Amino acid sequence: MPHLSASFAEYLRLVAPEALPGPGHPDLPAVHGTTIVAARYRDGVVMAGDRRATMGSAIAMRDIEKVFSADDHSIVGVAGVAGIAVELVRLFQVELEHFEKVEGTRLSFDGKANRLGALIRGNLAQAMQGMVVLPLFIGWDERAGRGRMFSYDATGGRYEEHDFCSVGSGSAFARGALKKLHDPEADELTAVATLLQSLYDAADDDSATSGLDLTRGIFPLVMRASADGVARWSEDGVREVAEAIVTARIGRPDGPRGRAL
Amino acid sequence: MPFYVNPEQLMLDRAEFARKGISRGRAVVVLRYADGIAMVADNHSTTLNKVSEIYDRIGFAAVGRYNEFEALRVAGIRHADLRGYAYDRSDVTARSLAGAYSAQLGAAFSGAEKPFEVELIVAELGESSADDVLYRVSYDGVITDETDLAVIGGDVEHVAERLRAGFDPQASLDEALAAARRALGSSSIEAAVLERGTGRRRTFRRLPRQEARRG
Repeated sequence: MPHLSASFAEYLRLVAPEALPGPGHPDLPAVHGTTIVAARYRDGVVMAGDRRATMGSAIAMRDIEKVFSADDHSIVGVAGVAGIAVELVRLFQVELEHFEKVEGTRLSFDGKANRLGALIRGNLAQAMQGMVVLPLFIGWDERAGRGRMFSYDATGGRYEEHDFCSVGSGSAFARGALKKLHDPEADELTAVATLLQSLYDAADDDSATSGLDLTRGIFPLVMRASADGVARWSEDGVREVAEAIVTARIGRPDGPRGRAL
Repeated sequence: MPFYVNPEQLMLDRAEFARKGISRGRAVVVLRYADGIAMVADNHSTTLNKVSEIYDRIGFAAVGRYNEFEALRVAGIRHADLRGYAYDRSDVTARSLAGAYSAQLGAAFSGAEKPFEVELIVAELGESSADDVLYRVSYDGVITDETDLAVIGGDVEHVAERLRAGFDPQASLDEALAAARRALGSSSIEAAVLERGTGRRRTFRRLPRQEARRG
């Protein structure tokens, strides 16, 4: 039987390999995108990404976007070399839509997660040179009826996350905050506030992550996926939460008070 | 030892062969209505489609041999996705797609072992109704662009005649579906639309069977 794959990336590799993401070189100066966080809440999953891109120790951009809708039900956020990361997302978006059109049906959620892993694997040669792109993939699994999250390593290995996850240079600091604040039974607003708190903490300790920039009005990009599909939070909605957080931090710079026992 | 065959006769034979294959199939109509373009097929199967999505604003309708138009449909999606990925989504046009189909069908008609036994319609939804485009691509690669409606498949003349009588490009979707159903003389309808003004990037929407039967 002739091979008629429903994968756009495979087709691209065949007819126009030069259009695939990359190639980069570690000695070339490249813009890096930094921290992405995601968490589960009562009705689905949310993701937020800071807006800073760095080039070495300089800030290259203050309003770069690292969180994208992959299709109507899923979201992908990317940290790493920005040029390759954005191409990877574009390829992934076409990959999902291509499959849907050719087959007349959507990929399963696990199928989508696996395809993203395969695209990263295709990028492995660059990863070996330090041109790493690491995504977070989250979304609403219609068959399972719940929000799901996947993180990846540079070899394309995918790992399902259950409560929260983070990726990028500020991710360790963000994870600490998420660990303390995250509540899987919280509503969407609380979940988003938790993500913004964690990005605040990431920015506090990681120079490559931007915080809540009230002076310029640049705030993290927030998206959620629930049974209603994917939606991007409005700038005003994020601003409101961000202002509340910054105001509270004036009193307690290290964040909300927890209880040790 | 090769025999001499009059090229004219050869082409006539090939055309008759292709036409015979196509006329055995049921018809498909594509027509404009108030909010977009409706694609309606007389189709008893609920899973093997004759109308489908190619790109954001481009739809595809076909009749003839299933395996042949299915391969052309997938080739069209590849053509469009590759172009949109390499350039920009706004650079994918029905014009270029119809051109590619025409080239492939035309080459097969004059050169290959046998011509394609298919006819296609490539429809593109414009920003406004004045920009809507309908291309009919025939088995020999001939393209015609139609203004309001296009019909392909078996019994084309009669179906087109019935559809043209009292045709209104400003009709509602229900009225357009009813007109298409009457013209096709069938109650097994497969229908999809390219819808204007939904705010969505992808304008193609497949109608559930009940909705297609309405009107």
